Amino acid sequence: MKRLEAIEIVSEKLRDYLIFHTNGHICRESAMVRDRKENFYMIGSMGLAPSLALGTALVRPDKKVAVYDGDGSVLMNMGNLAMVGVLKPKNFLHIVFDNEAYGSTGDQRTISRDVPLEKIAQSCGYSLIEKVSLNEDLRAPLERCLAYREGPVFLLIKVLSSDGNACARIQLNPSQITDRFMSAMMG
Amino acid sequence: MPANLIQTEAMHLYRLLKEHGFNFFTGVPCSFLSELIEILEAQESYIPAVREDQAIGLASGAYLAGRKPVVLMQNSGIGVSINALASLNLIYKIPILMIISMRGYQIQDAPEHWIMGQTSTRLLEDIGVPYCVTSPGGLEEDLRFCVDEIEKERISAALLVRKGLLG
Repeated sequence: MKRLEAIEIVSEKLRDYLIFHTNGHICRESAMVRDRKENFYMIGSMGLAPSLALGTALVRPDKKVAVYDGDGSVLMNMGNLAMVGVLKPKNFLHIVFDNEAYGSTGDQRTISRDVPLEKIAQSCGYSLIEKVSLNEDLRAPLERCLAYREGPVFLLIKVLSSDGNACARIQLNPSQITDRFMSAMMG
Repeated sequence: MPANLIQTEAMHLYRLLKEHGFNFFTGVPCSFLSELIEILEAQESYIPAVREDQAIGLASGAYLAGRKPVVLMQNSGIGVSINALASLNLIYKIPILMIISMRGYQIQDAPEHWIMGQTSTRLLEDIGVPYCVTSPGGLEEDLRFCVDEIEKERISAALLVRKGLLG
């Protein structure tokens, strides 16, 4: 499956989630699919999207919090998996769109083909792990993740690299992203 | 409350932090900050982070959710924090207070602290993080300076702590 398609399917189901996005094409594709004030687009600071999401999830256990992450981002700051696994926010859904590549810089390969990120998450203490391979249907595993109330949940979705659709950059400036997201938190 | 720490400068700083409304604490330890961390562990929920930029990310998420966060670190952590500050906090106007212990700053110290000790303040200046090198008796005023930057300008600020100040 293409990542864009996976994002469409997931975003359709995550309408009541705060969603933190890692940098690069994941941000842009999600913004194109459904831009909303509950989306936090982290355009820089690669590797820190789960840290941000964890901070919010811990402070607001009444909110559902998701991360749209990438394999390169997870690999860059794997300590996040350990912190999430230990602090165990029940309201935390970690979704990794794994294309085994640094897609935003020209599809150079990552090492996630040989490193099973879902097993690392499991060892770190995530409560539920789901993995969707390239030709599998995402819907049933996604439903199991959403039905699970005792997170943290880790959903790894293998997607095609080089899907060829370059999306536009995020149009909001960074402080607008902050203000918009915080206003959504108040509501 | 740890009885042996009640009269300490670390407790003084803790009380000032509470007066200013700080209510989320994370970081990576330094021996210069051990008393403050001990107090935070006893009084608050202090979250040990695995790396300094990750502590900054965590604190930033807490800010988005309405908290006033503090990140503790040693100045060696400035190295891995530069990108988080430059491409997240400063441009997104997500202000956090950093309390940074200064290894190798105007003192004899181990070789691994020489270069960072000499360049910490310059690095902060270069990326535009306001800071105060605090001194005995100056804690209140220096913290207020940082709080003003955070609250009025929404800029992350750093309180720099020399050896011996906080125990």
